[in-house]
Amino acid sequence: MSHGPSAPSQGGGHAAHDHGPYVPVFTPGSARANELAKLMRRYPEKRAALLPALWMVQQDRGWISEAAMQEVGEQLGCTAAYVKGVVTFYTMYHQHPVGQHFIQVCTTSPCLCAGADKVVEAFLEHTGCKELGLTSPDGKYTVIEVECLGACGFATPVQINEDYVENVTPEKVPAILAGLKD
Amino acid sequence: MGYPHQSHPRETPVLSKHFGDLEAKTLEGWKARGGYKALAQALHSTPTAIQDVVKASGLRGRGGAGFPTGLKWSFMKLDDGKPHYLCCNADESEPGTFKDREIMRWTPHALIEGVAIGAYAIGAETAYIYIRGEFTEPIRVMEAALAEARAAGVIGRNAMGSGKNIDVWVHTGAGAYICGEETALMNSIEGKRGNPRIKPPFPAVAGLFGQPTTINNVETLAAVPHILNNGAEWYKAMSLSSPKSTGSKLFSVCGNVARPGNYEVVMGFPFKEFLYDLCGGPLPGRRFKALIPGGSSVPVITIEEAEAVLMDYEGFIAQGTMLGSGGVIIFDDAQSMPRQLARLARFYAHESCAQCTQCREGTAWMTKILERIVAGQGTFEDLDTIFDLAESMTGKTICVLSDSCAAPVTSGIKKFRGEFEALITGKRTATVVVGG
Repeated sequence: MSHGPSAPSQGGGHAAHDHGPYVPVFTPGSARANELAKLMRRYPEKRAALLPALWMVQQDRGWISEAAMQEVGEQLGCTAAYVKGVVTFYTMYHQHPVGQHFIQVCTTSPCLCAGADKVVEAFLEHTGCKELGLTSPDGKYTVIEVECLGACGFATPVQINEDYVENVTPEKVPAILAGLKD
Repeated sequence: MGYPHQSHPRETPVLSKHFGDLEAKTLEGWKARGGYKALAQALHSTPTAIQDVVKASGLRGRGGAGFPTGLKWSFMKLDDGKPHYLCCNADESEPGTFKDREIMRWTPHALIEGVAIGAYAIGAETAYIYIRGEFTEPIRVMEAALAEARAAGVIGRNAMGSGKNIDVWVHTGAGAYICGEETALMNSIEGKRGNPRIKPPFPAVAGLFGQPTTINNVETLAAVPHILNNGAEWYKAMSLSSPKSTGSKLFSVCGNVARPGNYEVVMGFPFKEFLYDLCGGPLPGRRFKALIPGGSSVPVITIEEAEAVLMDYEGFIAQGTMLGSGGVIIFDDAQSMPRQLARLARFYAHESCAQCTQCREGTAWMTKILERIVAGQGTFEDLDTIFDLAESMTGKTICVLSDSCAAPVTSGIKKFRGEFEALITGKRTATVVVGG
């Protein structure tokens, strides 16, 4: 059963939900391991590097698996359960693979004034995503509603992977999707 | 230069002067615009002397609470032998607010300079700029500017050759409105869930990593170099009203308005002129109905009340609301207030950290009841229940998230009760044509 695309992409790439053995992110001597070691020096306690470490995992793997939580915990001296507690608190960490293009439409009040609900409908329609949070059958898209993106003067802002697209209206949605790189 | 449009002649661009100016983003460009002079001087002055200038300027926290910045800094005991920390709150997530994002995108060195001065003024050698995870562009811009400043020796060990050490790091959040609450922010930096802490102890006594800590908003810190360069009197003179509110302030304007964006005006500017002249008034064929002037957590006011406001901390309070973060959300006559407030309640229910029962249950039930009313299935009793809930959500929890949900909802019902009653009696639906 496949939940996502198989090829990781540049910047915000999302790897497959593969069933093979877990390959660690922070293998000794790897660039990521060095990066993490350097990062820990910014703080008086190792555990403070937890959010950044989780970001590294998500950048490399597209999501944060239970095995990754175990690995990060071992790196920072905390239990996998502790790491899971943190992962589940923050909405940006994916606990499951998502589409290659993760589309977050802001629908909080200022954007609702601008018709953000119609932008959501347009994204669902044009991506083939059946409902919010489900990935499209081709693995390319996941659409969710997001709470305030902090760009209310440019309503409706939509975050696609790492990038903001501002002043989005339903009419602009097909062109925005056509412009996304695989 | 303003952004996204030219500055209005009646604006007073201090913080926003270089918005849209690409060269201002670089260290060299920033220095050419007078940057880092204040830091150089500050590092050869004493922390107490800097605190005194900031106290005298009347600068108050721009994140929402409006606490006097110099006074906050003076709570840090400079000779206690403990490591001190400065946290810059760049977790801008308050609906309607998007000013810190522009400061970081366009003038990253303004913030670095303010952070470095702030750190020195409270005896801290390490500062963290906590930026919300969604702000990928501001994060990239800040990281690049910090790398440049570090490489040039402006910050870091022996900053600007002063013999003082000031390390500044970005710490990236991961999606949680509550991390803008100062104690939740510290927990988040420590690698914990972003649950607010019970106070006392206050951060100045036991904050980040258990050490004395000060938390300041982006806009507050970015104002500091200007105050040191031009003097406290210059800053104090930027006020058209109360001497308790000084300086210029960025207001983010959004919702149903002709020209949304950021506007920088001096404290005490008449709100009516601000709304109609600077922001261009309502959209064609529409009328302003109501607004939330200080980010979504403050009480709703009617346009009539708004037109009487002088834009400062006291001026908004006089009309029953607050200046807050300066995020102005405008609703016009095409908007259904019940629908808007139900959506806002859903925001708070989503963002509650769920530690306190009153908040976890209160925000969730308030949302359910409001959504029921919007769906035409509400009763008059529901309105009473909302006020009962609001009572238990106000002043009874660890932080003010639940108060922040109750304030706009109850004020909105009081001021637009007719709209709620019409939905209950079935005389109207909440379906509206936006911008139609």
